Amino acid sequence: MSCNCTGKTLDLAPLMDILAPYKQNPKGALIPVLQHAQDVYGYLPQEVLEAIASELNIPVAEVFGVVTFYAQFHLTPRGKNIIRICQGTACHVRGAKTILEAVCSHLGVKAGETTPDLNFTIETVACLGACGLAPVMMVNDNTHGRLTPSDIPGILDSYLD
Amino acid sequence: MSDMITLTIDGQKVTAPAGSTILEAAKLVGIDVPTLCHHPLLRPEGACRVCVCKVTGARSFLPACIAKATEGMEVFTHDPEVLEARKNIVELLLANHPQDCLACARSGNCELQTVANNLGIRKVRYEYNRPEMELDLSNPCLVRDPAKCILCGRCVRVCSEVQGTSIYSFAYRGLNARVTPAFNMGLGEVSCTFCGQCRKVCPTGAITVRSDTQRVWDALRDPDKIVMVQTAPSVRVAISEPFGGKPGDLNTGQMVSALRRLGFDKVFDTNWAADLTIMEEGTELIGRVTKGGKLPMITSCSPGWINFIELNYPDLLDNLSTAKSPQSMFGAMLKTYYAKKQGIDPSKIVSVSIMPCTAKKFEAFRRELSASGYPDTDIVLTTTELAQMIKEANINFLGLPEEQFDPIMGEGSGAGTIFGATGGVMEAAVRTAYKVIVGEEMEPIELEAVRGLEGIKEASVDFGGKVTLNVAIAHGLANARKVCELIRAGNPHNWHFIEIMACPGGCINGGGQPVNMDADTPRLRAEALYRDDAGLPVRRSHENAEVQALYREFLGEPNSHKAHELLHTHYYRQSRICKSK
Ligand code: SF4
Ligand code: SF4
Ligand code: SF4
Ligand code: FES
Ligand code: FES
Repeated sequence: MSCNCTGKTLDLAPLMDILAPYKQNPKGALIPVLQHAQDVYGYLPQEVLEAIASELNIPVAEVFGVVTFYAQFHLTPRGKNIIRICQGTACHVRGAKTILEAVCSHLGVKAGETTPDLNFTIETVACLGACGLAPVMMVNDNTHGRLTPSDIPGILDSYLD
Repeated sequence: MSDMITLTIDGQKVTAPAGSTILEAAKLVGIDVPTLCHHPLLRPEGACRVCVCKVTGARSFLPACIAKATEGMEVFTHDPEVLEARKNIVELLLANHPQDCLACARSGNCELQTVANNLGIRKVRYEYNRPEMELDLSNPCLVRDPAKCILCGRCVRVCSEVQGTSIYSFAYRGLNARVTPAFNMGLGEVSCTFCGQCRKVCPTGAITVRSDTQRVWDALRDPDKIVMVQTAPSVRVAISEPFGGKPGDLNTGQMVSALRRLGFDKVFDTNWAADLTIMEEGTELIGRVTKGGKLPMITSCSPGWINFIELNYPDLLDNLSTAKSPQSMFGAMLKTYYAKKQGIDPSKIVSVSIMPCTAKKFEAFRRELSASGYPDTDIVLTTTELAQMIKEANINFLGLPEEQFDPIMGEGSGAGTIFGATGGVMEAAVRTAYKVIVGEEMEPIELEAVRGLEGIKEASVDFGGKVTLNVAIAHGLANARKVCELIRAGNPHNWHFIEIMACPGGCINGGGQPVNMDADTPRLRAEALYRDDAGLPVRRSHENAEVQALYREFLGEPNSHKAHELLHTHYYRQSRICKSK
C-alpha cells in the first residue's frame, strides 16, 4: 500500500517484518511497533502510520492520537543534529528566548522544525538540569552553556561536516 | 423493593432504580446537574468534571454523570464549595475559548454558553493562550472550528461507537491538546461519511452545518430563476423545535406555508419521490429475486450510508439498489417531467431540497446525479438552516395557517412518510411488493416486525404463500458495518433485502436536524411519522395518483428504459487522501 499524498513511494517491506509477529495478537502492539518503525525509518511518515493502522486493525485517527501524545514519536523527518534549547525558568530569566530566536533565525526554521537540508532539528525543553550554566542548549549530547546570541552561528556551524 | 435505593440530594429524599447515576437520580426530583461531556445517547466518560457534586463521606467531589447513587447517600449539587469548583472548571474552559457568542451558529442553544450563564460567570479571570487553529472547510457538509472545541470527546464517542467510523481522536497534549481527524486533516480528506452525527452531539459551535442559506436567498431574489423546493418526511416532525415546539410535533401545513412566504415558487413533497423510489426499488427487488440478480439487495436512499459503503466495502457495491435516493429522483423529475409539462426551461429551475441530513449536501454534488443534463439537486438545506431562514424572514412559525403542497409532485402516501424512520423504507416496500407478488393488498397494512429502535431487526415476510423474503434493517453505521461483515461472510442469514440508514433511528435523527438533548427525541419523531401515515388517505406507494400519472404520461413502466436513465445511478469506490479507516 502506498500513499499518494507525498508523491514519493516508501518501501514498506521492513515495516511488514516489524508487524509480522504482532498480527496474530495485536493487543498492546501499537507502541512497540511505533518505536521499532521509527528506529527503521527515522521518523513516522503518514504512509507508515496508515499501514500500521490497517494491519493492526486500529483506526488511523487513534494511531495519530497516540503518536502525537508521546514526545518520543516524530511525524516529520529529523535532522542529523538535534538542538534542544532550554526554556526553563533559570534559562528564561537569563535570556533563553533570545537564544532560541538566534538559532531559529540562523537556520531559517521554527522551533519543532527541521531544516530542509536535514542537518538540524530545533526542539525546546523545560529544563536541562544545568541551570548553573543558564542559558543552556544541547546539540546532540554536548552541552553549551552561558550562551549569548552571538555565540550561536559559530557553534552551529561547527556541527556541519 | 430491593432494586430501588433511597438517597438524599440537596435535602430531598429520592427513590431511584439501583444502578442509577447521581445525575439520573437527581433528575427524578427536578434537579438538573449541569453537564458538558455527558450525552444521554452516549456512554458516559466523566471527562469534563462540570457535574461534580459533594457526597458526604467521599474523599473528593464525584462526577454525577458516572458516580452511582447508593443507598443512604447524601449528595449536595450546589453547596458553595461545589459551586466554586464547578465555576473554576468552566472558567478555565472559557479562558481557552473564543469570546465569539454573538456571531456563533450555536448561540442560544450552546451547552457551554448555558452552563456558564447559569453559573453566573460574568468575567473570565484567565488569559487565552491556546494556539491558533484553522477552520476545517474541506467538505460541503460540515464545518469544524477547533477553537470552539472543549475536548468533551462526544464526537469521538459517537463516531466510533455509534457510527463505527472512528474519524476523530484526542491528539497532542497540554495546551496543544485537540480533537481531530488523523494527521489534522479535514473531514473531506479522511473517510468521513458526512452523516453529521458528530455535529448533532457537539455541545458547542465546534462542529456546525455548512450553511447554504445565502445561496437560497440569492436564488429566491433572482427574477430569472424558478425556485422550487421539496421537503423530506423527517423535516415536518422536527421543524417546530427551534420555534419552541416539542419533538414529534407534526407541522406539515405550517412548513408548507412558511416555504411559500419565503418566496419559493412551488412547494413539493419528497414523499412523492419516496413513493416513486418504492415503485422503482420494489420492482428492482422483485426482478432480482425472480431472475437471479445480486442478493441481498440493499437500499440506497441514505447518502451517509452510500459514502460509508463506497469508502469501506467497495466489494459490496453491486448489492446496492441502483435506484437513486428520493431527493435525486425528485430533482430529475422536476427538470424533465415537470419542466416539460409546464413548459419551463430546465436551466432556469433551481431545485432546492430541505433535508434532515448533512450528507445530502454531498449527494447533490455527485456528477452522476444529473440525468437531465442539469444537477438533480442544486441546493440542499438542512432542517436547521430552514429554521434559520424562517427566523431571518420574521415569520412566526407556530402561528402560521396550514397550507397544502402543490400538484403534480406534492402528493405523498403514508408509505412515503415513514421513509424517515428506521424500518420505514422496508415497510413501504413490502406494502407495494405484496400487491405486485400476491395481487391483493397486504392486511393489516402495518408491518410491526420492522418497527422500533433496535439496532438490527430481522424478519421473514410471507407473501401470500408465494414467496418468503428474509429482510433485515440496520440503522447507525456501526450496525451497518456488522451487516456488511455478515454479507462478506457469505450472508449466513440468507437475507434477500436489507434497509440501511446511516443515522441511528433513521432520518428523523439525521445530522442536520435541530440539536436536542432529550434522549426520547428519535422515538417521538418516529412516532409522529407513524401517526402521519395512519392519518393519510393513501398509505401505499402504488396508490399515489400523482405517481401513477407520472408513469402513465412520462415514464411508462417502473424500471422502463426511461426510468433507468433518469431514476437509477451507479456507485464507485471512493478513496480519500487518508486511506485506512
Ligand atoms: S460555541 Fe457556545 S460559547 Fe462558544 S462562541 Fe459559540 S455560543 Fe459562544
Ligand atoms: S460526520 Fe459522521 S462519519 Fe464524519 S466524523 Fe462526524 S460522526 Fe464521524
Ligand atoms: S468537537 Fe464538539 S463534540 Fe467534539 S470534542 Fe470538541 S466540543 Fe466535544
Ligand atoms: S532552566 Fe535551563 S537548564 Fe534548568
Ligand atoms: S458531564 Fe460529568 S464529567 Fe462531564
